[in-house]
Amino acid sequence: MWAIVRKDLSIERRTGEMLTSLFLLALLVILLFAFSLEPDRLRGPEFVAGLLWTTLLLSGTLTLNRSFVLERELGAWTALALAPVDRGSIYLGKTIANLIFLLTAAVLLLPLIALLLGTNGIAPSPLLPVSIVLGVVGIAAIGTLFSAMASRTRAREILLPLLSFPVLAPLLIGAARTTAAGLAGEELDQIGSWMLLLGGFDVVFLTAGWMAFDYVLED
Amino acid sequence: MSGSSTPAPASLKPWSDVALPALTGISMLAAVVMVFWIVPDEKIQGVVQRIFYFHVHLAWMCFGGFVFVAICSAWYLKTGSPIADRYAEANAEVGLLFTTLMLWTGPLWARPIWGVWWTWDPRLTMTIVLWVIYAAYLMLRRLGEGDETILRYAAVLGIVGVLDIPLLVLAVRLWRGIHPAVMISDDPEAGLRNATMRWAFGISGIGLAFLFTWLVSLRVRFATVDQELAVLAAEREHR
Repeated sequence: MWAIVRKDLSIERRTGEMLTSLFLLALLVILLFAFSLEPDRLRGPEFVAGLLWTTLLLSGTLTLNRSFVLERELGAWTALALAPVDRGSIYLGKTIANLIFLLTAAVLLLPLIALLLGTNGIAPSPLLPVSIVLGVVGIAAIGTLFSAMASRTRAREILLPLLSFPVLAPLLIGAARTTAAGLAGEELDQIGSWMLLLGGFDVVFLTAGWMAFDYVLED
Repeated sequence: MSGSSTPAPASLKPWSDVALPALTGISMLAAVVMVFWIVPDEKIQGVVQRIFYFHVHLAWMCFGGFVFVAICSAWYLKTGSPIADRYAEANAEVGLLFTTLMLWTGPLWARPIWGVWWTWDPRLTMTIVLWVIYAAYLMLRRLGEGDETILRYAAVLGIVGVLDIPLLVLAVRLWRGIHPAVMISDDPEAGLRNATMRWAFGISGIGLAFLFTWLVSLRVRFATVDQELAVLAAEREHR
């Protein structure tokens, strides 16, 4: 499992393409929002949180799309399937690697969005990092599973968002709400049930992905 | 499927060819007659309330379809039986149709009663997300072009989709729960005090359930014939 994480991270360290393109794309998405939606109205914690999650979802999908392309193109897929390891660990390894990419992007993006679109009413509380981690874990869990599935079809670029966005809907609703609360400095008792929802989502779909990968990798 | 498949006999099957269409026809006809001619108008909402005799059952069948897709998907992953896969596909297609009808009949009622075609009420939000999940499931199958691996992936998605429902229910409740929706009451029981109304409600439910079952069975048969045809075509090519 950690071997896969190391492999993906060292490819990234040498080329740097994933993070660079993810970050540039996310910046562009923010600019597009600002141009098309009158920047003066996009202020306050709700907008910063909403923008962070839509941007992360849109640009993160592209990263996740690439996730299994190398394996498919270079024949490593078969090697992975033949490897004498639990397939669930392959899934977890891939998910952790993707999680690290997405988390890095989120950490870079959040201050940028806040800076570009005004910091009115923003007083971060310790809940902010918790909500971001819980949200990103969910995106990585679903994204990794579906990206492995979509990489098999000819229309994978379209299929991945098509499969993952609807399933991610409850996570997105919860992540946007808790991040906004975290930015506004709210306390845990105000958004406790939201945090449980996010945590529940992560646990359910990490388990589902881990179990389902047996069927996904079988060729 | 082996190459020595015999052509299907042309005789009628008693349940799926005779009983099921007949029961569907009779109960749907009875439901339409009751809903449009016999039941009285609901006191507060008037004539538009009659759409509930269909709308509410469509909602249940939308969920039921989802659960069936998940069950058949699990069955397919366990056994690899093509029948299980065909049932999953058929339920997804008919489920999508019924969800579409639910999204169609809902606004027809909402416009005169709530004053808007659409509102971000928890149930509405959830329905539209379920609709997209059904659609994505069918898109995956379409783009996979009958590849056996894709059938397995579709089964995984069918199960993931049903796991998403409770989380979705929770999310939309928390999300919109604080703001009371513009509804008066969408509880059908509130208006169904009259015995005729309850009969109409029950009969239309039975009718729609038969319709759902019949459509699924037709769709499964179509998929089976399609598969046999593909096998025959392949055999002919080899000759």
